[in-house]
Parts: sequence; structure tokens; C-alpha cells
Amino acid sequence: MAQKTVEFEVSRNPETGMDFRPAQALVHPTDLEEPDIGSERMLINIGPQHPATHGVLRLVCELDGETVVRVIPHIGYLHSGFEKLGEYRTWNQIVPLTDRMDYLAPLIYNCAYVMAVEKLMGIEVTERCKVVRLILMEMDRIFSHLLWLGTTAIDIGAFTPFLYAFHQREKIYTLHEALTGARITTSATRVGGMMADLPEGWTDALRDFLDEFPKTLDEIDSLLTANAIHIGRTQGVGVISPEDAVNCGFTGPNLRASGVPYDVRKDQPYYDYETYRFEVPIGEHGDCYDRYLCRMEEMRQSRQILYQALDRLQDGPINVEDPNISLPSKTDCMNDMESMIHHFKLITDGIPAPVGDCYFPIEGSKGELGMYLASDGGGKPVRWRIRPPSFVNLSVIPQLAEGHMLSDLIVINASLDIVLGEIDR
Amino acid sequence: MSDGSFSGFEAVAAGPAPSEPLENPRAAAAEPPDHPSLYALEDHFGKAILEAERTAGDQCVVYVDPSKSYEILEWLKDDASQRYDFLADVTGVDFGGGRPVQVVYQLWSNVHKRALRVKCELATDALEIRSVVSLWQTADWLEREVFDLFGVRFDGHPDLRRILMPEDYEEGYPLRKDFPLRGRFSRAEQTRRALRQDVDHYYFQAELDMGGEPMVLPGAGGEAEENVFDAPRTEIAPVTEEAPSASDEEE
Repeated sequence: MAQKTVEFEVSRNPETGMDFRPAQALVHPTDLEEPDIGSERMLINIGPQHPATHGVLRLVCELDGETVVRVIPHIGYLHSGFEKLGEYRTWNQIVPLTDRMDYLAPLIYNCAYVMAVEKLMGIEVTERCKVVRLILMEMDRIFSHLLWLGTTAIDIGAFTPFLYAFHQREKIYTLHEALTGARITTSATRVGGMMADLPEGWTDALRDFLDEFPKTLDEIDSLLTANAIHIGRTQGVGVISPEDAVNCGFTGPNLRASGVPYDVRKDQPYYDYETYRFEVPIGEHGDCYDRYLCRMEEMRQSRQILYQALDRLQDGPINVEDPNISLPSKTDCMNDMESMIHHFKLITDGIPAPVGDCYFPIEGSKGELGMYLASDGGGKPVRWRIRPPSFVNLSVIPQLAEGHMLSDLIVINASLDIVLGEIDR
Repeated sequence: MSDGSFSGFEAVAAGPAPSEPLENPRAAAAEPPDHPSLYALEDHFGKAILEAERTAGDQCVVYVDPSKSYEILEWLKDDASQRYDFLADVTGVDFGGGRPVQVVYQLWSNVHKRALRVKCELATDALEIRSVVSLWQTADWLEREVFDLFGVRFDGHPDLRRILMPEDYEEGYPLRKDFPLRGRFSRAEQTRRALRQDVDHYYFQAELDMGGEPMVLPGAGGEAEENVFDAPRTEIAPVTEEAPSASDEEE
């Protein structure tokens, strides 16, 4: 490919050796015929290694001056073949793969996967397990939105919200660690229950976080919501109409910013979401600013849900009491032979699933996160498919960015809240 | 077993239950699905609706004739009684053993708050179906992914290129059951190909056409410049081919 840069002859000052200005001696500027650059288009390649692409995303842009004429996204740089790997693993062995996809909200992925498996197998988890999973999912919604808030602010030029948001995220990392022993790769769920119950004092730590956290949210709110630069960079940028948003497959806060009140928690409720009091924030302009407002409000609503869920949390078993699904306790395994064999059989053969398939959507932090499972009756899936919300949301970026400035492309990309681990899988 | 004991020997002896119908009343639902769209579809399209089943308790799956899939999906989207305006997902399923590859559409109606799953079965030697990008724009990338990973061709798709795998990937379609977990080529061959990558392959033709001819200021001597990308490539020392062992393919 020919290089498309303008070439200059560079002269070096013989005395200082430091002057790199273009050589004036060759052609005097006034002698030059003005090149017709009005119609000249330029190819700009952003990524795959670029901080503003939030991962290994590559955008090939055609520019007219500073205006984006066309954007062609290239993905797949992080493709790990998780779906193929899943076909070689038993139902429970897939759980660690799920949190490596959306490492910004790992617990939502852990829960979404096992919920789909339980739907396929017809397992009803215990009451305590439902509430615990709901708490984890709402906590990770805040966790993911905080990262989105910080990184988007930094893309617009505001550094402080990034630090504030990451300070709060650190507290959720600590909660992750207390529950699972890992900060990011949590793998907290199992088919029919959880890896472990909540540790002592965990709910109090979460309550402390919830009490403190709105203060930071208000601070960020006061820094951004009425900030002239923030408004100037986001209002009217990347607008999409409600009809187009649905047709393009937008889900989550991106869709709701356009004014479509579709939220899986309300429309296809799971885990008794219909009994919790919470509002689904709706935007009206469908631009980057409304997406910002929706996510800010969603964090506050998630906090309300979390308080209600913490009040509902009752003592009781966390795993279903079905020996075909749940493992015996570690103590039993070490002490009697039957439990040992039971453990061995479950681990080696996997949990048998009925023949059939199942699509189970939940409201992830980025949109509708669907898990589709097809089973032929064995201990492993025939097909495990993730309906990745960021993948579909990102596919709209050419339409959103065309006609905007190059700098707006960065804001639009940030406002979609993508995570490349999930897009490439 | 029913006393909830975790160490019961019966449970172990029973082992993993057989894969066929379990003692699971919800999954073993033999009765046909009760879904308003199903009756309407049968009225409208008759023989093009091949089969319907209920899975996972309450989910309705409709198998349709692939040659009529576009008309059926268009009707499901536009008819006032259906209005499936949101295409949640398009994906493929390969069961292996020469069985047909399924293309699966997950539909959701924001108007009637209903979900429906539509499946088309394609014979492995005729993996072609009409694209629905003109109905739902979201199908653009989703269909590209099915093409990339299963090799299903979507007629009428505006831009059917590979999406997750590289454009010049030659090992086939990764999610097909006949595709080994670690790929078709040996590690040595895969490394050799990776090292031999051509910069031009990072761009496809529409991108290379952007911006027209390169602009060179007069007097800057652009003509004499040698294009670095056209320079002869240094040969890569041949790597000894190692046949993939059997253990390579099984994880």
C-alpha cells in the first residue's frame, strides 16, 4: 500500500544540527500551485492498540478534513474461542470461562450462565441463592457503570471522575475478593447454587459501601452533569432514534437513552424482580449525554434494589439439595467413601441435562445478555452461545459516528460501554 | 435419595441419569407449545411451518422451511398481531455427524411482550439462507458471525466478510463439529502463516480505495521513494513440520 502522508524534504541546520523545519530552498511556498485538498479523503487507522478504543478494537476511518465519512470496525483481536471451548467442558467447568468475557462485571456473567443452565435443566434454586445472586448482579452493575463513568470522563478530558470512580470500584473489588478469593475472575456460581455462601460480615461491608457510595456519585454528578465542556462534547452527539435503536438491536442503557423502556428485569422478570421497587430511567434524545444520565440513575436504582435485597436475605441452604446436581461437602468427601465416589462421578461425568435448547436473557450491565444452550442429553453442551450485548451495540457505531468529528467518534465509542473480551469471546 | 442426603449410595449408583427424558416434568413436556404466534403462522404459511416444540419449560421453537424463512420472518416483524420488532440473536448450531446445521433466530416483541424462537435447518452441503439484514439491521454482524464460524452463506447480505477470524483464515469454520479444537493446521504451520502475514491483509479493498491516490507535493520527490511494503520479503527459515498428534486435538 502506498503511503498517504505528505512528504517534506527536511533540512538540517549545519551549525546547530537541530533544525527540522521543512526546507524552504527547494520550492518557495508562493510558487506552489495550491493543491486541491477540498475533495481529498484520508484513511485513518485507530487501534487495535489505542487507549481510547477501550480494548483491542480497531477502527478504520475515512475522513474528510476532520469529519468522519465512514467507519469500519475490525474486531476479533481478542478472540479466544470460548464457545468452542465450552463444547469440550462439563456444565460447571464452563463457569470460569464466563467471567473472562466481561471482566468488568464478572458476577453478572457467572450468574447469567448458570441461570440459563438451570432453566434448561428445570432446576429451581433456593430462595437464599436467588437473593444472593441478585445482590451480586446489582453490585456488579454498579461496578461496571463506575468503570464506564471513569473511562468515558477521561476520554472527554475529565481526569478527576476517573480517580473517584476507581476508588469506589476498589471497594467492590474487595467485596469480590472476600466472597470468591479473586478480584476479577470470580467464578462464584455453580449450577444449582454458589461456590460458597456469603462470608461473615460481608453484607455489612456491602451496606457500608452502599451508604458511602452516593457521596462519590454526587461529587461526580456535580463535576459532569452541568459541566459546559461535558455537555458540549456529549449533547447531540451520536443520536439514534427509538425505531432505529430497536432495529439495530440496541439494548440496555443505550436503548433506554433513546426512550424505549425495554428492560429485561421488567419485561421478562427473573428472580422476583417484579416484586422489587425500582424505576427504569429513560432518556429522550438518544445521544451520548442521555446515555450518561441513564447510567448515573441506574446506579442509584441498583442501590435501592440492593437495600431491598439485603433486607430480604434469609438464612437457609444456598445449594439445591439434589445429589444429581450439588456436590457433597468437602468434609464428607474426605471422610466417607460414598461421598468421595459421588463427588468423583459428578465431576467426571458432569450433570446430565435434558435434550433440548434454551435461550435465557438477563439484563446485564451493557444490555440484554442472553445465553443460548443446546443439549443432546449429555454432561456437556452441544452449543453454548452468548448473545453479547456489546457486540451488537458496537455494530451500530458506523451509523452513529458518520458525519461527526473524529473527536466525537471517541466519545461515541466510549458512550456505548463496550468490553472487547465479550465482543470477541 | 429423597431424604436429601448428600452421601446416599443410591444417588451414586444412579449416576448421571440417562440423557433421554428425565424425571423432570418441566423439561419433559411432550405437549405441543401453546403460543399465539404459532397458530397464526400455521394459518398463514401452512406447510412452510414444519414443526413446533416446547423446550426448557415454556419456550416455543418453530421450525420453518429455509426457502420461506425470509417471508415468514418479514411477516412476523410487520404483521400487527405479531410485531417482533427486536431480533435478539441469530446463531447457528451444528450437531455433527452430518446432521443439518440449524440457524436460530431469537425474536422479541416489544409490543406484545412475547418471545419466539425460529429455526431453519440447512443440509451441510447447502448452507445457504436469505439474509434478514433488510428487516433488522442488527442481523448484519450476527449473520457475519454465523458465516465466519459455521460457513452459512446469507444471500443478500451487504457485506458478508469474516468478523472474528482473520480475513485470510484458511482452516475452515471453527464452530463446526468436524473442526478440531486446536485448528486444522499444525502449530508449525500456524506459526509460519502468522509470520508471513501481509500488511495489505489488514485492510480490505474498500478501505484501500479510501482517499484516492496519495497526495505528493510538487518538488518533494515522492516518485523516487521506494515503497517499503513492496520491498522483497526476507524468506523465513522453514520450520520442520510436526504432525499434530492425537492428544493435540482432544482437550
